[in-house]
Amino acid sequence: MLEIKDLVKSYGAGQPVLKGLNFSTEDKNLTAVIGSSGAGKSTMLRCINRLVTADSGQIVFEGVDLLKLQGKALQNARRQIGMIFQAYNLVDRLTVMENVLSGRLGYVPFLQGAFRKFPQDDIDHAYQLLKRVGLSQYVNKRCDELSGGERQRVGVARALMQNPRILLADEPTASLDPKTSELIMELIANLTDELHLPVLINLHNVAQAKYYAARIVGLRNGVMVFDGKPDDLTDEHLEEIYTSKDELTEQLNPEMETAK
Amino acid sequence: MSGTSSTVSADQHYTWHKPHFIESLWVRISVLVLSVVYLVYAFSTLEIDFERVARGIPRAMQIFSGAIPPDFVARGSLIVSGFIESIQITFLATFVGVLLSIPFGFMAARNVTILPVYGLGRGIVIVARSLHPVVLGVLFVKAVGFGAVAGVLTLLIYTIGFVGKLIAEAVEEIKYGQIEAIRSTGAGYFTILIYAVFPQIMPRLIGLTMYQLDINLRASAVIGLVGAGGIGSTLNSAFGRYDYGTASAILIVMIGLILVAETISGKLRRFTR
Repeated sequence: MLEIKDLVKSYGAGQPVLKGLNFSTEDKNLTAVIGSSGAGKSTMLRCINRLVTADSGQIVFEGVDLLKLQGKALQNARRQIGMIFQAYNLVDRLTVMENVLSGRLGYVPFLQGAFRKFPQDDIDHAYQLLKRVGLSQYVNKRCDELSGGERQRVGVARALMQNPRILLADEPTASLDPKTSELIMELIANLTDELHLPVLINLHNVAQAKYYAARIVGLRNGVMVFDGKPDDLTDEHLEEIYTSKDELTEQLNPEMETAK
Repeated sequence: MSGTSSTVSADQHYTWHKPHFIESLWVRISVLVLSVVYLVYAFSTLEIDFERVARGIPRAMQIFSGAIPPDFVARGSLIVSGFIESIQITFLATFVGVLLSIPFGFMAARNVTILPVYGLGRGIVIVARSLHPVVLGVLFVKAVGFGAVAGVLTLLIYTIGFVGKLIAEAVEEIKYGQIEAIRSTGAGYFTILIYAVFPQIMPRLIGLTMYQLDINLRASAVIGLVGAGGIGSTLNSAFGRYDYGTASAILIVMIGLILVAETISGKLRRFTR
């Protein structure tokens, strides 16, 4: 379903962030990508939906090489790939409903989108999703009036509004407090099961990754150094994944973090 | 050594003076000399005649005494029709001007356009900004004749220059994450502009429109003086007839109108956050 082959990406003239990354998944479950900051987690996800243009390699999604697409074909591929962002990236000045409906912008013609004339099915679907993420009372509230957790729920609803064939989540809980972070992770994990979706999720928190993911992928300096089930992830693996001592201690002793 | 002695010895003396604005002595002196020479030259060629200034004072007094009391009645209908025309010019030019500024402003924003379009957009905005409305007014009066059309065209260009540039700046300051999010839904370029960029500049745009209405109202009076219609033309002909009563009435209404416009636009701008 998704296969990444020899993916290389460098920003500017420096060291490449991704140095020939290989990854593939067939499973409709949650795959967590872990690694220290700068390991290339974000870049990997952004290469998939082409927010970032890879230098070389292949990303084959349902038989099509995404890196070769352009124009309308690229837009049609993007609309099948939902994305949840760390900073939510909602359009602050628009309402919750407008933000959720924006997930349909890849499907509706320009003028319909511009004048918010979305098809009835989309509006029904948006209401259902808002009910599912627990925000149906906020339909016409502006997004800049919402709390962080609420915003990310809108972000999840927007991504699902695309009827995606795959979901990408780039540290979706990193801007949230620990409790809200767990709630959002639970929501994403449950929706993965309900909707039978493959999900690629970047996580900073190894404990969360072990708890929610069916598979864990560890990146270090742009290459994969671990790929396996959460139970197979040992402290030795973590030592290999995390470059800096501080980060390693943080991940090995998660209770220290919460105690602070 | 450190911390052993707390007394400061006064044996050594230091000289200090504030550093000169221009460090080199020669440059400093030449700049000073050249400035004085030019000032003397300029004054001597201008032939400022203080006797003429003195003779002008009673004439100025005459104008002021003619202007008091202001005469709202004698040419009342002319004053009213002049102001109505000015307001019409202002609204038309602001409305159409802001609408046109939006595409030009987007074109002139580096972060949402390709380089050639950016160059074109910047060019249009710079040209529109480079000419003062009075100069534009003179040009358009020559081109399309006296009257309101010249006034509308003048303020239209003026508005595009000002609002277009500020829209471009607003677009360049938007949060890029929102663009990325809408792009990742598969939306096309113009959909992204409408959905992710436009809402972010909307409050600035409304504020700017209000501000520009205010500016254009003032400017419409000025460009009337060069024949581009509105109350400025009425004021000009009042002066031409030595009708200082009417002229001062026009000035008073103008001040009142601008105060009202400023109050309203200030109130409206506060609504848009």
